[in-house]
Amino acid sequence: MSSTGSRELKPKHQRLVLLVIALVALVGAGLLAAYALRNQASYFYVPADIAAAPPQPGQAIRLGGMVENGSITTAADGVTVEFVVQDGQARVPVSYTGIVPALFVEGSGVVAEGAMRADGVFIADNLLAKHDENYMPRELEGMNSAELREELQESMAGSSE
Amino acid sequence: MIAEIGLAALWLAAALAVLQLIGAFFGVRHDGNELAALVRPAAVLQGVLCAVSFLALVYAFAVTDLSVKLVATNSHSMKPLAFKLSGAWANHEGSMLLWITVMAFAGGLIAFIERRLPERTMMATLGTQAFVGIGFYLFILLSSNPFERLFPVPPEGNGLNPLLQDMGVSFHPPTLYIGYVGLSVAFSFALGALLTRQVTPEFARVMRPWVLGSWIFLTIGITAGSYWAYYELGWGGWWFWDPVENASLMPWLAATALLHSASVLAARDALRTWTIMLGVVAFSMSMVGTFLVRSGILTSVHAFAVDPERGSFILMLLALYIGGALVIFALRANTIAEGERFSVLSREGALVVNNVALTAILGIVLLGTLYPLLTEAFDVRVSVGPPYFDPVSAIFFLPMLAIMAVGPLLRWRKDSFDRIKLPVLIIALVTVAVFALVLVLADVSFLSLMGMAMSIGVAIASFMPLRGRSIRRVPLAVWGMCVAHFGVALALFGVAADTAFQKERLVAASPGDTVEVGPWEARLASISPVAGPNWTAMQGDIFVSYKGGPPKETFPQARSFWAPQGETSEVALVTRWNGQLYVALGNMAEDGRWQLRLWWKPFVTWIWYGGLLIALGGAMALVGRVIGDLRRRHATTRGEERRADEDGLLPEPAE
Repeated sequence: MSSTGSRELKPKHQRLVLLVIALVALVGAGLLAAYALRNQASYFYVPADIAAAPPQPGQAIRLGGMVENGSITTAADGVTVEFVVQDGQARVPVSYTGIVPALFVEGSGVVAEGAMRADGVFIADNLLAKHDENYMPRELEGMNSAELREELQESMAGSSE
Repeated sequence: MIAEIGLAALWLAAALAVLQLIGAFFGVRHDGNELAALVRPAAVLQGVLCAVSFLALVYAFAVTDLSVKLVATNSHSMKPLAFKLSGAWANHEGSMLLWITVMAFAGGLIAFIERRLPERTMMATLGTQAFVGIGFYLFILLSSNPFERLFPVPPEGNGLNPLLQDMGVSFHPPTLYIGYVGLSVAFSFALGALLTRQVTPEFARVMRPWVLGSWIFLTIGITAGSYWAYYELGWGGWWFWDPVENASLMPWLAATALLHSASVLAARDALRTWTIMLGVVAFSMSMVGTFLVRSGILTSVHAFAVDPERGSFILMLLALYIGGALVIFALRANTIAEGERFSVLSREGALVVNNVALTAILGIVLLGTLYPLLTEAFDVRVSVGPPYFDPVSAIFFLPMLAIMAVGPLLRWRKDSFDRIKLPVLIIALVTVAVFALVLVLADVSFLSLMGMAMSIGVAIASFMPLRGRSIRRVPLAVWGMCVAHFGVALALFGVAADTAFQKERLVAASPGDTVEVGPWEARLASISPVAGPNWTAMQGDIFVSYKGGPPKETFPQARSFWAPQGETSEVALVTRWNGQLYVALGNMAEDGRWQLRLWWKPFVTWIWYGGLLIALGGAMALVGRVIGDLRRRHATTRGEERRADEDGLLPEPAE
């Protein structure tokens, strides 16, 4: 918007300039959003998905599954927990430094937000656990990952985020 | 009995809305139609009846009438009274009743006091208000009756989500709702003006207080909601780009744009169609927000109803109202005459750019919020968070700030760059200097760096419009603008400084241990159990000191509620002028140590002070405008009286 340029323009053209600026900005915003969404949205994985097609290390994803029985250990610092998330087909080791939610227990469902590390450990920034501990069937055997995904998504509805 | 009175009042109010719509329809078709005389009384009575209905529900909650299903499922006799009352709207049915009550009340108010617009435009406005109202009455009465009885009466209620048992959140929904629903008045005015082809500066002046009022409440609501999320969730963050937060941000962005374009229309008779469009968009965003939250399609703490029937009902209402409004807009927009012209370099030009940037940000937030729904249709589950929202919205937010700094210095219609060269140069130099200084002194991200530099620039710029004016003669509305823009700068500085300089420590500590975080030192003295009316908790006794100063005792808690079961973290906050220490107590580790999470958050409080200043600026502008309107009305009446006296006639009765 150089002042000399706009002074010479006729009023009709000035309106046109504003309209064009507005359209370009809005269309630009839309394209930018679409592009950024493709790259920045974090996808939902279950362990079987990770085994089949591992995501790029550092790429933000959400990992959902069951906390394997007997897998939770606390590191010496007292604030890092390590555990395994499984879906009956594959297992993914997870490391989380932080305060775990109240209903995070072995054998229950969990959704972890974070990214894979190059060595195959999932580094979680945040854990979401289901409020009601009775929602998941005890036997996961024979359950395919699509069903598990369904279960988890439904049960996470109304969880604390 | 009280519940039945509430339900009857609601049915009557719905019937009056139908009457109001019919009357308005004939009023618009023939000026002075007899049925039109019913419209204003119907609107006023509707407001009163809804208030009665809402008070009946509050009463049922206050006395914990467990024979009302809603009370039994959401309340508990052991709950403190304040939370019993707030329980009335902390659920789906009650919040919808609050929605329609605010809407009917606002409709009644304009019917009662607003006499400046042509009567046909008022009829079209009140008709629109009634038409929107009818949909929500039907929704409440047919699918979400708050007064439904329960038999047999249970011995005790289920209680309220512990996260919501907090004073801050108790009064947060009503504030937001007043904002959301207040925008329905702007929507109705916009459609009324469009239907009767009366898009005039007078229309903008009549609509403006409603936009300003809604915007003030939205600002307060968002600020309070952000602070609530900050201290109640215990995660140390103040904005999560959660769908519900976005649902309140989107109407705010639209209302902010509307506020500015209505000013252009009122002062300069330009941007006519654009103002109408924004009036439609602002309330549409309120409804989209409500749909996202109430339908349970997007999950969140605020999602009460996971009920597909309700979701599709709201979806139908949304399609009807937003789609209908857009169709009318498309049909009528070209019949609105072109407004006054202006040069690109003018106050109007700057406001257009500001409007475009706000609308772009609105689009970015809307797309990001809806994207998970879109991908789910293709069976791909994603979530969208700060890595998308932060940088993409910043691309439009930062240029908007630059315009915000310079725009108020420009004259209406046409200006030259030479005239404002000096102040612009000062603002630019300060911004660049701060940028360079922070770049050299600290290692922070580019966005934080830009945020800090621009916040200082905008802070200085916000008071530049007062330059060269006699301070006493500056209108209140201009002061309001300066204060609100300064509030934006303050909030931005808080955001940037907190993001750049916050320090976090997460440790497992035993009593007697000392933890350092930033300039703070915290000593855990002991952990002991405590109990409240409906919860028990483990409470830490922690002494904190800033840079070796005198220690201060704080008590963070990890609370367990039993009705319904749930855990919350009551963080301890120590506030200084330059920031806040945030202490959360976690779980006990296996070896008996306790997890402590501490944050030193420099200038974080400025975010909410900024939010409050923005609202204060809005309030000053509102008071200034209303006083101006009253004076103008007084002067007009006096002028008419004088003319009538000169003609030797009695003054006409009030119009």
